[in-house]
Amino acid sequence: MLSVSGLRKVYQPHVEALRDLTFTVERGELVCLVGPSGCGKTTLLRCIAGLLEPTGGKVSLDGREVSGPPPGLAMVFQEYGRSLFPWMTVRDNVELPLKQKRLPRTRRSALVEESLTAVGLAGSESAYPWQLSGGMQQRVAIARAVAYEPSTLLMDEPFAAVDAQTRADLEDLVRSLWQRLGVTVLFITHDIDEAVYLGQRVLMLSSSPTVVQDEITVDLPAERDQLHTRADPRFTELRTHVYEQIQAAKLSTRTG
Amino acid sequence: MRKVAYVLGLPVVLFAAWYLISAGSESFYAPPLRDILASFGRTWTLDRLQADVLPSLLRLTAGFLLAAVIGVALGVAIGLGPRLRATVEPVLEFFRAIPPPVLVPVIMLFAGIGNGMKIIVIVFGCVWPVLLNTVEGVRAVDSVQLDTARAYGINGFDRIRRVVLPSASPQIAAGLRQALSIAIILMVISEMFAASNGLGFTIVQFQRSFAIPEMWSGIILLGLLGFGLSLLFRLAEGRALRWYHGLRAASKGR
Repeated sequence: MLSVSGLRKVYQPHVEALRDLTFTVERGELVCLVGPSGCGKTTLLRCIAGLLEPTGGKVSLDGREVSGPPPGLAMVFQEYGRSLFPWMTVRDNVELPLKQKRLPRTRRSALVEESLTAVGLAGSESAYPWQLSGGMQQRVAIARAVAYEPSTLLMDEPFAAVDAQTRADLEDLVRSLWQRLGVTVLFITHDIDEAVYLGQRVLMLSSSPTVVQDEITVDLPAERDQLHTRADPRFTELRTHVYEQIQAAKLSTRTG
Repeated sequence: MRKVAYVLGLPVVLFAAWYLISAGSESFYAPPLRDILASFGRTWTLDRLQADVLPSLLRLTAGFLLAAVIGVALGVAIGLGPRLRATVEPVLEFFRAIPPPVLVPVIMLFAGIGNGMKIIVIVFGCVWPVLLNTVEGVRAVDSVQLDTARAYGINGFDRIRRVVLPSASPQIAAGLRQALSIAIILMVISEMFAASNGLGFTIVQFQRSFAIPEMWSGIILLGLLGFGLSLLFRLAEGRALRWYHGLRAASKGR
């Protein structure tokens, strides 16, 4: 379980990025965070990942307060090209965190093979990331996260830089991995449709300085597919609601 | 095949031109290339290679490797520590500005005239390009790569070894390449001051005893040596940085 309470981050001098954020993500839940651009999503994510010290409030993961990168957490970054190491093959990229965990060799290679198969990249082990397309590179990053066997997966706008068709495939990949592995997922995006399509719940953030603006439960069936789910009237209702909230969030900063 | 022709084309033309132009030379100091080449075979016998070229090469290797290790180690420390960098940067600029040959007499005072002195001179000259390039390379490591490493618990020495050093390696290689040519120059200079063997020493001996064709043959040997070493370096670099060249080619193609 991931819990964020009263989280606040002020950058020097006096730039308040996060004002007061409180929410929880239950174990095994898939929650999407959406917000207008520049709403401090990345700051929030870095605080949760233990890469950034919050000014106030606290983050705890599985009951332990986060004070550095927590061991049960894996992260997928938006910039796959910069988060994979270009001097390592796909296999070495996926394996590196496992070496750091001091797993025995046989266990490591089993995990690498499993996770690459799970993202549909079996057979690309000895390629270098830069030899692959953008979508495939992000699959490698997802495989690296999955192989790490985290309790919680943080995804920071992972599909913002891939084309629309690849994006749909990767969304379905995330849903299926989440259902199969029972991992807790916090998925950050600026795409409202993506948030509603993927999440069990959607949290809407305000503009910076950020608070949680609103929250909805996505009561769509668990079995989702790109064609029918997106055509579902309930899907349209939900996305309209989220859209209105985001617009309201933008407006309130302009007038306020 | 065509590549080989490009590489060898100009040297062959230049050599031919030298050969033809100098063919009728009466000058004592610029003898015909024919004489120089004839003396080349006579001068650089196996014994002489062992007695003079080998010690030179050993000192060169020792100095270069030492400079590489010191430069990379200090460069990583300085590149990762902003406070250390702020402290030492002005001093580094000062030391870098001193031409190393000036230090030969000074270093001789406390290191004598043996191998130690020559290696110190080489290290002192070579360490700067390695050091400064490493600092730049380490500072330029991508922040997302560093975040990724931290998020996956890759810390301390492992982070340096697996992320920082590989990421900085193209820059480090550029520094090493500069250092190599400086090392060759300093190898010769240090041997010209005070030595009892070595390539630089031998060339000076020939000059002082008016063995001019022999002197020229030594200079040609020196040139060949430098060429061979840089070729070797390029081969090693090409292997070690294959990922980097591939990455660059891939991002150009897109």
